[in-house]
Amino acid sequence: MEDLYQEIILDHYRNPQGRGLREPFEAQVHHVNPTCGDEIDLRVHLEDDGGVTRVTDVSYAGQGCSISQASASVMYESLAGRTLDEALEALARFQEMVQSKGEVAGDEETMGDAVAFAGVAKYPARVKCALLPWMAWKDAVVQATDGGQAKGDSNG
Amino acid sequence: MSVATSPSTIDVQRVREDFPILDRSVRGGGRLVYLDSAATTQKPLAVLDAERDYYLTSNAAVHRGAHQLAEEATEAFEGARSRIAEFVGAGPDEVVFTRNATESLNLMAYAFSNATAKAAHGAPLPSGAERFVLREGDEILVTEMEHHANLVPWQEVCAKTGAVLRWIPLTPEGRLDLSALDDLVTERTRVVSFTQQSNLLGTVNPVAPLVRAARAVGALVVLDACQSIPHMPTDVTALGVDAVAWSGHKMLGPTGIGCLWATPETLASMPPFITGGSMIETVTMEASTFAEPPKRFEAGVPMVAQAVGLAAACDYLDALGMENVAAHEASLTAYALDGLAGVAGVSIVGPADLVDRGSAISFTIAGVHPHDVGQVLDSSGIAVRVGHHCAWPGCRAMGVPATTRMSPYIYNDTRDIDDFIQALDRVRQVFGES
Repeated sequence: MEDLYQEIILDHYRNPQGRGLREPFEAQVHHVNPTCGDEIDLRVHLEDDGGVTRVTDVSYAGQGCSISQASASVMYESLAGRTLDEALEALARFQEMVQSKGEVAGDEETMGDAVAFAGVAKYPARVKCALLPWMAWKDAVVQATDGGQAKGDSNG
Repeated sequence: MSVATSPSTIDVQRVREDFPILDRSVRGGGRLVYLDSAATTQKPLAVLDAERDYYLTSNAAVHRGAHQLAEEATEAFEGARSRIAEFVGAGPDEVVFTRNATESLNLMAYAFSNATAKAAHGAPLPSGAERFVLREGDEILVTEMEHHANLVPWQEVCAKTGAVLRWIPLTPEGRLDLSALDDLVTERTRVVSFTQQSNLLGTVNPVAPLVRAARAVGALVVLDACQSIPHMPTDVTALGVDAVAWSGHKMLGPTGIGCLWATPETLASMPPFITGGSMIETVTMEASTFAEPPKRFEAGVPMVAQAVGLAAACDYLDALGMENVAAHEASLTAYALDGLAGVAGVSIVGPADLVDRGSAISFTIAGVHPHDVGQVLDSSGIAVRVGHHCAWPGCRAMGVPATTRMSPYIYNDTRDIDDFIQALDRVRQVFGES
């Protein structure tokens, strides 16, 4: 169990970073984990930065278990301020790690605090908790970029 | 009815010998403490043996075939039906086998939407089926504590027919608020469908006043008995309702079998649900006519081994005595409520006393999400359920996003409850402020 509830995760749970819904934003989504009722509202703000799309802000609100809440906090730290390409890479690395059933340990150098979620991979029932905010972000980015349907709702 | 707290007469050590799974270890060597029987119970050897014996000696497709095995299989299947019917005080032809209680409740709901759709086109319906034909503005009454299985099918009926869903709200203690019952049951009420015992709250609902109110306006009454039949003596014919749904796997039986009891008049007037082989009378290329109940509602090759297993589960429970099962659970419930009252931060979601309450106990711990509570308990070998328990609106009504639920059964004793209470202390160790 100590694999799962690492101190970094509990710290993010107790002191979430970037929490709260903020303006401006191009897309807002609402995702739920229907098996447990965890919910997240998430907004993404993208800006053109000299021809490169940058994730200027990710803001969120919601309720859920320590894993989903800490994951939202870590997601904010991992994605906000990055270029969209960097952020999508960070998402891919995180998703690969937590879905690896423990095979992929994750690289602290590139992933930062997100690497603490490696232990979640060994608890299949909690993988969805960890992915909830990240999948919401991905959906919001899709809506903000090619969907053209900004501010739509979607259930994951 | 209220539960008595007479001492348990069940010899738990003896019972546990029949459930080898309870001897396995979990999470790196810990003793398994299984407190998730409201989700599904474990299965005694007698049930597993009955299924295996059936496959070893008599397996065949029932109700067809001209050979000895087919005869024996049919006898085993129909014998199981009689045994299961007897367990709930019913006649054999009044019990329909389904995949699970969810399907049983859907079977009732689809009787309404199918009868309504057929009536609109003048298609043939069984005699008496007008009871199931809904008109725009007709009303279906449920309660706010229903399992999704007794809520979503009725929402779908409303969406298909123009009927209106209404519901009985909850009191802060998690009981039905019947103060406005006279306004909720109207001349337009056609169905009243509710749970006898809440899987979320443990509340045992009063059947009689709801039946009285429904009868006064001629509404049909459906009872979800998933959480009651496994835990208390039940005579379905004495309840005054038209139909009762329950599942096999919550009463020591196998998964893959549920039951629907309904009065013979009710079953006879219902159009079929799932259609195909075995449920017909005659078939031509143009149209078909349908078999008498219960076969009308059992299309395809049925779950014979599961029926045989469920009959063995009825034998097992009757040998213990359902009065004893109820008394045993009541004493464990009292013991667990007592223990929980001593844990800092715990709030019971549902009745906190023993009056009209079953053994499933939902609770929250201040500042800790139920998923995390369940995870910490799991690390101590304690198996509980977390989440909204497929009763999301009930959770909202109680002001919680989710709960942790412990639910003991015949193979649990006070030592299990002690281990559970002790493991709750670890929750605060992990999640307390640091």
